[in-house]
Amino acid sequence: MSLLGGGILKGMFETARNFFGSYVSAQRLTTVPYPEERIPAKANARQFPFLVYDGDDSQAGLRCVACQICEKECPPKCISIIKSRDKRQDYKGQSQFYPATFDIDISVCMSCQICAEVCPFEAIKMDVEYELSTPDRFGGLWLHKAQLARSSRYYRQIHPQAAADSDGFMAAESSKARARVGASAAPVGLAPQPRHAE
Amino acid sequence: MIDALDQIFVAAKHRLMEPVPSRWQPLVSALLSIVPLLMVFPGLFALTTLLERKGLGRIQNRHGPNRVGPWGVLQPVADGLKTLTKENVVPRGAAPFIHFLAPVVLVIVSFLVYAVLPLGRNMVAVDLDAGVLFFFAVGTAAELAVFMAGWASRNKYSLLGAMRAIAQMISYEIPLILSAVTVVMVTGSLSTVRIVEAQAEYTGWIPHWFVMQPWGLAGFILFLISATAESNRSPFDLPEGESEIIAGYYIEYSGFKFALFFLAEYLGLFAVSGMAITLFLGGWHAPAPWLEFIPSWACFFVKLLALIALFIWGRGTLPRFRQDQLMEFSWKFMIPMALVNLVSAALWQLMDCGPERWLVSFLLIATPYLLLGRSLFERNQFFKRTYRFAG
Repeated sequence: MSLLGGGILKGMFETARNFFGSYVSAQRLTTVPYPEERIPAKANARQFPFLVYDGDDSQAGLRCVACQICEKECPPKCISIIKSRDKRQDYKGQSQFYPATFDIDISVCMSCQICAEVCPFEAIKMDVEYELSTPDRFGGLWLHKAQLARSSRYYRQIHPQAAADSDGFMAAESSKARARVGASAAPVGLAPQPRHAE
Repeated sequence: MIDALDQIFVAAKHRLMEPVPSRWQPLVSALLSIVPLLMVFPGLFALTTLLERKGLGRIQNRHGPNRVGPWGVLQPVADGLKTLTKENVVPRGAAPFIHFLAPVVLVIVSFLVYAVLPLGRNMVAVDLDAGVLFFFAVGTAAELAVFMAGWASRNKYSLLGAMRAIAQMISYEIPLILSAVTVVMVTGSLSTVRIVEAQAEYTGWIPHWFVMQPWGLAGFILFLISATAESNRSPFDLPEGESEIIAGYYIEYSGFKFALFFLAEYLGLFAVSGMAITLFLGGWHAPAPWLEFIPSWACFFVKLLALIALFIWGRGTLPRFRQDQLMEFSWKFMIPMALVNLVSAALWQLMDCGPERWLVSFLLIATPYLLLGRSLFERNQFFKRTYRFAG
């Protein structure tokens, strides 16, 4: 027969164990005092999208060809792209448009990663940066392409595995294109096939 | 040397009184007794809020407040500044005077009861012959202030909280006082100083505290439970019930009035813990004869801190009662147990010293405890509800 008050004693024992345990065992005290210490970012962490560029010039090296697939696919419609009038060479040596403006409203973005999934040019990827608070409600949340551009070195650093896959895909694509040019002097400008999400 | 340290505050008061002309002496003496109380216990309140938040944090496996000062020790200062600088909002529908008066009355009442608590040897503000009676009579006025707050705010949550508070405080006042009456019966005095003196002796290392006797232990536990309910602390925090009625009777209070309610709540807790120490834990006496070199006031405050730690521990452990459970627990368990305990104490007093009275006193408490406990565990019978008029 259970004695009245026995449950209370059992509970008090449990809380006492927690109390003293939190001083001895780091496993119990899982809270990380945030600004001083940080949890290392997880490999699959994602916050907001950024635009990848190759080389040193953040604007000339942008991989984006302004195909506007991400703009159309974006569920909350937070991407706004204006295509350039002229063309320039992309990494495969093909002549492509580039974005005259590429804006993302990160107050609307829901971090779904669909833009990164549909991009056939490995041009838009998800960042892990989360300290994006601004003192102003409207400023600092409407990001232009100059603010969105991050180098491919940074991408390799934050998502090593995904970046390796992406580099492999791009190398294969460009060697294919070069082989096509060398073999038949076929007209360039064919868009590469969209890669399906793995 | 040891005596000097023990009586340091009493001696200091006498030194300060010396230059005062004789016609002013009663007033100055009263002031010199009151001012330290007004300083020490709010200080203890600040310390307790910090300890409570730290302790609850550790019980829940997190750091408590650790941002203000080293290890967060300045957190009470930050809290005080915050409440002082906040806007004082009075609802348009409120009765402004009563709304203002309620926290003041509550704090005054909470301070008044300290007058009869012996904090150390020769350290009691007023040695009333009916000290225990004074303590409970004045303490009961807190209910009035609580209801004033709840009524004057003109808010349904306030009123709900106040009604819960009245129901709870009246229900738990009875076992609180009945368990204190046992000590009064045994010592034959209502004076807190006499009651502490009655617990002065030691048998070997064991002090003659009332908690060491069967009726005293039962009385102490009943007193502690009722004291928790009287000071509206978890698991009896229905009048506040943050998850149900937000903050209960003081929901419409902001700024420093809110802080006054908070202060009064903790002052009530300290006062009732101090009373438990006086009645059952030997007041300011040391727990063993070889510890008597510790100043008496230090003994009292160590015991007080230990009881506060117990309250914090309980708060970190127990979930809140439901209203019907609360009433059932009081009227079906606490009050019968307190009455049985009264009989047990009376028999203890009437019987001769010896093992028989230990046995009788113990059995008289243990049997109803088991029986009443079993009745509380019995589930209500569920049945299919039938309706007279609806389909």
